[in-house]
Amino acid sequence: MANGAETAQLTLNGLESMVTTRLKSGSMGYYFLLLLCGGLVLAAAGLGIHAMVAGHDKYYNVYREVPWGILISTYVFFVVTSTGLCLVSSIGHVFGNQDFMPIAKRSVFLSIATILSGFFVIAFEIKIPWRMAIYNVISPNLTSNIWWMGTLYGVYLAFMFAEYVFLLLDRHKPAVFCGFSGSVAGIAAHSNLGAVFGLLMGREFWHGPYMPIYFIASAMMTGCSVIILFHFLGYRINKEEMPVAMKKALRVTAKLGVLLICVILFFTTWKMISGLAGRPAGKYEAVMALLSGPYAVNFWVFELGLGMLFPLVMFIRSKGENLKMMFSGALAMIVGIFVMRYDLVVVGQIVPVYHELGVNEYKHLLSYAPSLYETVITLGGFGLTAFLFLLGEKLFAGHKVEENH
Amino acid sequence: MKQSKHDLGSTKNEGMENVPMEERRQFLKMGLAITGIFAGGTIFSAVSVIDRVFASSEEFTAQYPYKPHYGMILFQNRCVDCERCVAACAETNHVPHEGYRTRILMKEMPDAVGLKREFIPVLCNHCNVPQCTRVCPTKATYKDPVNGIVMMDTSKCIGCLTCQEGCPYNARYFDEHRQAVDKCNFCFDTRLSKGEKLTACAAACPASCRVFGDLSDKGSDLYKAIHQLERPVWVLRPEAGTKPSVFYTKDTSAVAFK
Repeated sequence: MANGAETAQLTLNGLESMVTTRLKSGSMGYYFLLLLCGGLVLAAAGLGIHAMVAGHDKYYNVYREVPWGILISTYVFFVVTSTGLCLVSSIGHVFGNQDFMPIAKRSVFLSIATILSGFFVIAFEIKIPWRMAIYNVISPNLTSNIWWMGTLYGVYLAFMFAEYVFLLLDRHKPAVFCGFSGSVAGIAAHSNLGAVFGLLMGREFWHGPYMPIYFIASAMMTGCSVIILFHFLGYRINKEEMPVAMKKALRVTAKLGVLLICVILFFTTWKMISGLAGRPAGKYEAVMALLSGPYAVNFWVFELGLGMLFPLVMFIRSKGENLKMMFSGALAMIVGIFVMRYDLVVVGQIVPVYHELGVNEYKHLLSYAPSLYETVITLGGFGLTAFLFLLGEKLFAGHKVEENH
Repeated sequence: MKQSKHDLGSTKNEGMENVPMEERRQFLKMGLAITGIFAGGTIFSAVSVIDRVFASSEEFTAQYPYKPHYGMILFQNRCVDCERCVAACAETNHVPHEGYRTRILMKEMPDAVGLKREFIPVLCNHCNVPQCTRVCPTKATYKDPVNGIVMMDTSKCIGCLTCQEGCPYNARYFDEHRQAVDKCNFCFDTRLSKGEKLTACAAACPASCRVFGDLSDKGSDLYKAIHQLERPVWVLRPEAGTKPSVFYTKDTSAVAFK
């Protein structure tokens, strides 16, 4: 409780000088990156607002038959990451596994940063976001998974924020309560996001109970890679040697990562086989587009290669000791998972709803490629996560967890 | 198994001409019950899910959940792709040029015997188990409790486009002018509420391809066109389970069939 007492004694002036000192401790490279990320966020916000005012149809490449594009998949990517961070970190500080304890603070902070990035991107994807703020409250539709997802993610964000504050104040009990509540809200919200896709009867590639289950498992897989990546980078930025306890935490995180990669490999294998066996209408065409069609490179190279197999090899070969190997595996996995989300959203729409009718207009698969605006807004989302991460490293002095925590 | 194969092999084809009419009707009815694709099965299922548990098909044969229960049947082979329906719809409902509420699809079969192509008009199916209304987070789209039309309250639409993803009929688009998703509402605001009996598309069709009316009115042409066993009646994408109020059939007396 030494830290808690210290915090309580801080005056406003003291706090200000502490924050200033911490922020001034960065290298030139640090400030350059901070500026670059901030610039990306501003550029994305500028283009997003312009598209909102001038008409999304003019600047986004989504259209009537493919209404969801890269902005939705990026949103999914960020909320998957946030949920994963929350769930993996909760193993330690909520459920009491000591090995996971050291990663708690940074992971909770990053789960807030990533969900904010998700909200940032979705704000420019939804056509009239301010109506959402009003009618989600006064005209809720309880059968809508989107409504539940939005509401539960709001609750989740509040809990995660409160949890981080309690962790900072070193108040363990309320932090555990908020962490547990956040995990429950996160699982509920995230499985609802899966259900947004999974409960659409007319979209064969998505339809079924697979999506909510898959979303939770892949969130945890993503959480592992993001924890390894950002903890590695965090210590680099602060130019500090990683303590033994932290190394051990990353070793068990990599072990968990190996398990979850295997789970997702298993899921993916059966998803593909179920799309091939008996050639189910609508699903077969989408699966073939991934296996040997226009999305084959995405699937084999990015989803399978970078997203799962390469990190699997790296995590195993690193034996949880070689941090660079683990970092390269985690980085590759994040790139792969981003493409995984893109394919999940886009490939689910490329088979036209009237494909089976055999009409000229919908004989072929539909196509979609992101526009410049959509790409910049996507990069802006990454910029926001990176900006908050960089800022957090200095502001919260490397998110150190007290020994007596 | 061998025995039964032998028995089947020894049976003779008696020919359809020897099957009594009553038996043929029974067989057709069985088909309706099993497939649910033909009008009968679809309607029974649509009605059953509204507010009661499905008991037996007979119980609901003549019942529809709305009054009037607006619907449409399209005589597919009467359509000549003149697109007057599309133009009338756009003009009546102020549909922008980049969108449409109804359109005509073309199916070509170069090797077919006789006709080589046909046209399939499509529009919102005003489903009785609509996915669009279920997925909308703000109830901006809803099933009218009186007439069963799937409506839009444009002021509540947040533009998430989940309804577009949920619609198995591609019947929705985002209208930048209205700043909301737009769709067919059977011309409720522009015609029906003003006393007109037909939608703009049905009124404009020179070939009587679109028959609009009240499904719950046993005297209506629509009711009669669906409740018969002479012509097959089907719905688009029955596997989506949405129980549409828009049906399709073909005019078997048309010259085109000869």
